[in-house]
Amino acid sequence: MSDTLADNTAKTGPSDGLAVLESRRSPAETYGIPLAVLLEVTHRCPLQCPYCSNPVELDRGSTELTTEEWKKVLSELAELGVLQIHFSGGEPTARKDIVELVQHATDVGLYSNLITSAVLLTKDKLSALADAGLCHVQISFQGNESIVADRVAGLKDAHRKKLEVAKWTRELELPLTVNAVMHRQNLHQLADIIQMAVNLDADRLEVANVQYYGWALKNRAALMPTIAQIEETSRIVEEAQVRLKGTLAIDYVVPDYYALRPKKCMGGWGRQFFNISPAGKVLPCHAAESITGLEFESVRSNHSIAWIWQNSEAFNRYRGTGWMPEPCKSCEFREEDFGGCRCQAFALTGDAGNTDPACTLSPMHEKIFKLAETEAAAEQNRFLYRNFAGGTLETEHGQDNGQDNGHGA
Amino acid sequence: MAGRNISVSETSRPKLPRHARLKFDETRKVWVILAPERVLAPDEIAVEVLQLCDGERSVSDIAGLLAEKYAAPREAIATDVVAMLQDLADKGFLTEAREKTP
Repeated sequence: MSDTLADNTAKTGPSDGLAVLESRRSPAETYGIPLAVLLEVTHRCPLQCPYCSNPVELDRGSTELTTEEWKKVLSELAELGVLQIHFSGGEPTARKDIVELVQHATDVGLYSNLITSAVLLTKDKLSALADAGLCHVQISFQGNESIVADRVAGLKDAHRKKLEVAKWTRELELPLTVNAVMHRQNLHQLADIIQMAVNLDADRLEVANVQYYGWALKNRAALMPTIAQIEETSRIVEEAQVRLKGTLAIDYVVPDYYALRPKKCMGGWGRQFFNISPAGKVLPCHAAESITGLEFESVRSNHSIAWIWQNSEAFNRYRGTGWMPEPCKSCEFREEDFGGCRCQAFALTGDAGNTDPACTLSPMHEKIFKLAETEAAAEQNRFLYRNFAGGTLETEHGQDNGQDNGHGA
Repeated sequence: MAGRNISVSETSRPKLPRHARLKFDETRKVWVILAPERVLAPDEIAVEVLQLCDGERSVSDIAGLLAEKYAAPREAIATDVVAMLQDLADKGFLTEAREKTP
């Protein structure tokens, strides 16, 4: 996911044209309903990427919303004015009803995007999804060849399968985004990954550096790039953006550990984004459940999604600037980055209400930056693979076979 | 390659690519173009032009229709339409009708 969604439109706050939701009761109602919503329809996934953005405490299959519940959610979102739906996970195609859900999104007028690892897709299934009105396919790649890519995914033969599905996607004339999550173990392949995206006839490439919370934080020592790698990455991306203008659009997410100022995470807490977890929790960001002490409302509660967005305690806690401590409170950039990322502040300082340590103005910044540098240089390369069992450590000589580590929960 | 580097001229027969949808957003009362990870809000003139971009009409036809409707000089309109469509094409929101090869 990139945060460029609102690019030309909802750039700022409540005054812009696309952030209109009638305001009658609480101040939060001045926040318009988001243009796009991410649905994590399942946490089940055949891949075990060590930087997975799902929470460490995964939702079991038995807690997932039913087909009818998801359909009701889709109808409700369309009625509220949401325009786009991202079907994500886990692996969204691990749900047997994915075609039915995409069809329902189409029926209620939603633009749909499938964010997939691709490894479970057959040509027939992809074709059925296209017929159901799927508008866009986004396939994750872990490298540009099998050795690195299958190791990172923790699944044999995954890379070959992804290439095949990407080819089918273009044969069906569906637009394709290649999503490449980058870290110390695969950054050396970036130039080749860009070329791979061109060869696959992708329309877009997302080059996203790992964001460090949840699983990625557990794997930070194995994933953190060096400063030299990051500088090289930026150079490669910028060169490619110019060279491939009109052929391949490249969105670039910089790693915030090496930034001077924090990212405007999610466009600001509760401002323009929410997602719904497999069990139906409505969340300000996909990592939000990592913040303990916040109660998130469910679509299974008696509240409407609009009410949850506007009025729930979790959404209002860090909205706007009123919650901010110093140095954010008096900072001239407070409405530009909204204090950075709440999940990162929680993970690194123990309090989600602190300034994101990615910011140089945070008292924690120096310490964390040094730690990142030390970890990047230490060559501790073993992964803790993501699974329902709380993670499995990679064997000494690369993973042997991670396929059976409880992904089917 | 899908030939995304299109150059718009009066003979082009532009249309929105499959991944871009022009839609009236009932909630916000504005026209929007829906595309992967993006929502654009085209202005009134752009909407009017895009509604005429069906892959059959040429840019020249479109300019003619608009010149007639607004009783404006055709040449000036054609120049504006080409510039606007080229901008959309550069951003990946416009394609040309292609002859289907079997």
